[in-house]
Amino acid sequence: MIEIRMHGRGGQGTVLAAAMLAKALVAEGRHAVAVPSFGFERRGAPVAAFLRVDDKPIRRMTNIYEPHCVLCIDPTVGRAVNVFEGLQPGGTLVQTTARGLDDLQMPDTVGRVGLCDAVALAMGIFRRPITNTLMLGAFARTTGLVSLEALEEAVRGAEFRDAGLAQNLEAVRRGFEATTVHELTHAEAA
Amino acid sequence: MLKQTEGSRAVAEAVALCRPEVICAYPISPQTHIVEALGEMVKDGSLAPCEFINVESEFAAMSVAIGSSCAGARTYTATASQGLLYMVEAVYNASGLGLPIVMTVANRAIGAPINIWNDHSDALSQRDSGWLQLFAETNQEALDLHIQAFRLGEELSLPVMVCMDGFILTHAYERVDMPTQAQVDAYLPPFEPRQVLDPAEPVSIGAMVGPEAFMEVRYLAHAKQMEALKLIPGYANEFREIFGRDSGGLCHTYRADDAETIVVAMGSVLGTIKDTVDQMRDAGHKIGVLGITLFRPFPIQQVRDALHNAKRVVVLEKSLAVGLGGILATNVRMALSALPIDVYTVVAGLGGRPITRRSLHALFRKAEQDEIDAVSFLDLNRDAVDKQLARERAHRRTGPAAEAMLRDLGVVAAKLA
Repeated sequence: MIEIRMHGRGGQGTVLAAAMLAKALVAEGRHAVAVPSFGFERRGAPVAAFLRVDDKPIRRMTNIYEPHCVLCIDPTVGRAVNVFEGLQPGGTLVQTTARGLDDLQMPDTVGRVGLCDAVALAMGIFRRPITNTLMLGAFARTTGLVSLEALEEAVRGAEFRDAGLAQNLEAVRRGFEATTVHELTHAEAA
Repeated sequence: MLKQTEGSRAVAEAVALCRPEVICAYPISPQTHIVEALGEMVKDGSLAPCEFINVESEFAAMSVAIGSSCAGARTYTATASQGLLYMVEAVYNASGLGLPIVMTVANRAIGAPINIWNDHSDALSQRDSGWLQLFAETNQEALDLHIQAFRLGEELSLPVMVCMDGFILTHAYERVDMPTQAQVDAYLPPFEPRQVLDPAEPVSIGAMVGPEAFMEVRYLAHAKQMEALKLIPGYANEFREIFGRDSGGLCHTYRADDAETIVVAMGSVLGTIKDTVDQMRDAGHKIGVLGITLFRPFPIQQVRDALHNAKRVVVLEKSLAVGLGGILATNVRMALSALPIDVYTVVAGLGGRPITRRSLHALFRKAEQDEIDAVSFLDLNRDAVDKQLARERAHRRTGPAAEAMLRDLGVVAAKLA
């Protein structure tokens, strides 16, 4: 079982992204459960969503405390919550940031990093900092867990209107293409 | 047909396949997505003929449900938490009158303190209301149980509450097998009411009954509930024949055959418990699980049969009988009367407190050594409780306890970990 924790802020579509990613994974023959966490969330407050992927049916429905992968769709959510909490050794971080790898601080548990300047890309595509579908592309590029084609199909199945659909399809593809993947050697292999 | 969808949406589609004729509801988290989806289906004509009635409160929701069910319409509503409490007078009337309304309860804690997250306090507060109560372990079971609920309720002329864990199930996106209309039609015959308000053949429903017959009318309600225990296994078998999967029934064991310790629970936490038990079984522990699907009527004999060979029983429940301990545990104890089995009550997950495998592991290992109290609280922050108790011993005007505890914990706004 692979456990993924997604961090974002209220209004950015973190929960919708988790549902789309689950749909794409299922389309490729996996079992996937997306569990949003609900609090007194409002626009801008940190939110999390959880995703389990396995080759067999998934029984546990709890939140995820020891993820294999952390996906941050907001560049500053890491200042508000410890996004690395419980990350398994050799874990994966997929992060939206304008900075380079050397400018990021992260614990030794991180073994692989995917970086994508999704905010800048989003301003170009949507003229607003909506990063969720861009970061799904970044996730696919970094982890190889899901194909770009399955993600595109999941975006088509979500309830976007015409222009929004075209923009989000572009966003998934651009997110995939613009992500750089780095293997870190200090971490133990998981 | 397999589809990846939200639990609430899956339940809404299953309810629609049951061809309800009246749906009345008032929004309350975490139930809202279910009736929203049904409202859309009625509006766009995909669920017809059906009237969706927006009401001004939960009390009105159940009152309208009573009226429409009396008129012979298959009737559905949904609620949670304070909403359920607000409709209670009408809840008892629905069962007392023998009206087969089906209601989803998206289980949520009851205030005060106000809390929107999951536990079983709401549904269990209605355990003696005369409604049948089914608890879903998964979203697949939640949607299946709704189909069975209409069949069962209409056969017995009793209302049925289908309970599913709020947020944990209602808001999770996962794969479910959605039945076809033909399958549901083959399983669920048209509603043939035992009593109906018909201008052509006028009757009154809801007579005042004095001491001469009240006991007998109430006894009938009990007798009919007990009949459900006989009907449900047959309905579950029939369900398997038409839909090709096991769903429903009274209670289910898991790896319990030679178990010395058996954990009893209801709802979605069974998934986490089974994962934990698998790990412990691999390490040689003799531990198993009993999941209760039917809470009312309580399947006393089946629970006794499932547990009678165990050395000890751990009842893990998301509810608290204040001043006593557990609600589910009290029922389990009754099923085990006169048997030399230790029954431990563990109150867990109140108000959405996570129930993790780590905590369950530690709990079950201690239980195997009989090192837990008769009544205990999983992951209770004892320091926080002691601090408040000490404050209350030292001062008179200590102010509101919940606010004091949040201040101690440094919490600015309540949140899930």
